[in-house]
Amino acid sequence: MGDVIGMLSAGLLAVASTSVVGYGIAAIGPGLGIGFLVGKAVESMARQPEAAAMIRTNMFIGIGFVEALALFGFVLAFIAK
Amino acid sequence: MTGALLAAARPGFKTPTIEDFQWPCLTPNWKIFGFGLCVNREVLLILLAGAVVLVLFLIAFRNPQMIPTGLQNFMEVVVDFVRNAIVLEVIGHEGLGFVPYLTTVMFFVFVGNVFGIIPGLQFPVNSHMAIPIFLAMMTWVLFNAVGIRRHGWGGYSKMVLFPAGVPWPMYILVTPIEFVSTILVRPVTLSVRLLANMIAGHLLLTIFFLGTAYLLQPSITALFAAASFALGTALVAFELFVAALQAYIFTILTAVYLAGALSSEH
Repeated sequence: MGDVIGMLSAGLLAVASTSVVGYGIAAIGPGLGIGFLVGKAVESMARQPEAAAMIRTNMFIGIGFVEALALFGFVLAFIAK
Repeated sequence: MTGALLAAARPGFKTPTIEDFQWPCLTPNWKIFGFGLCVNREVLLILLAGAVVLVLFLIAFRNPQMIPTGLQNFMEVVVDFVRNAIVLEVIGHEGLGFVPYLTTVMFFVFVGNVFGIIPGLQFPVNSHMAIPIFLAMMTWVLFNAVGIRRHGWGGYSKMVLFPAGVPWPMYILVTPIEFVSTILVRPVTLSVRLLANMIAGHLLLTIFFLGTAYLLQPSITALFAAASFALGTALVAFELFVAALQAYIFTILTAVYLAGALSSEH
């Protein structure tokens, strides 16, 4: 198992540079976060459609904050060669 | 997808990099007070974006009608959206004075972003750090100035650094975090979000259309060129969506920061 992972990561590093792999890892957390965030927002919009406008505004604010983390990873992938 | 991957794997294909965002100077190397003045494509596009915003608003509201038609109708929808969906929703009635500023910023950011997919221009203005960081600094100065004017220096510092309802030993932890997150990090995240979205979008479009051009040669790979072109075309529509969304998020976060500076309890 360890060998397989080692070979996989060695192959991955041969194709892509470390910074690109780092960006992939940096995208996991915000991906989960936005998934939860939007899922919960849609759930509450379905439960209370009259509050949809307010929920949507707050959803976008939250997405803005969470998304920034993934984008920091993206920018750092370019800066750190 | 497959097409672009194949193209990247074959020798001879030059993948677009961050260096492709640098444009050569169109003017001789002028100096103003020791600073280099370089007019390149980016500078021309910024000026064009400013001119487009100015001209659209001037034409739309030069002779406003009671029953709006055409362009005036469209621009009123934009102003109405900022007023109702952003300012009244986030700040409330006391924020109505910020509607002109927020509308202008949103429209400028949107026009700058959408230049990335307009044939002939095809370069998002906001993919150079100078523009987003300047817009973010304006937001930073604005919300701090509004907060200081509303609460005074002492009141505003106390509001930002010592949030109410926290047991006093916690201030050892909370105060540095609040200082970093409110004063230092806000302009950085605001600008990096816009910048990275535009760089990523431009790189995506470049790689798929370069891939199409590279694969279009008399061989079996020409079949993959169609796939690359189809995905690239779909991404153009996606970029239009991203351009509007990022302009919206920039504006609404500016409004959120203003609301935070204006709030009395926080």
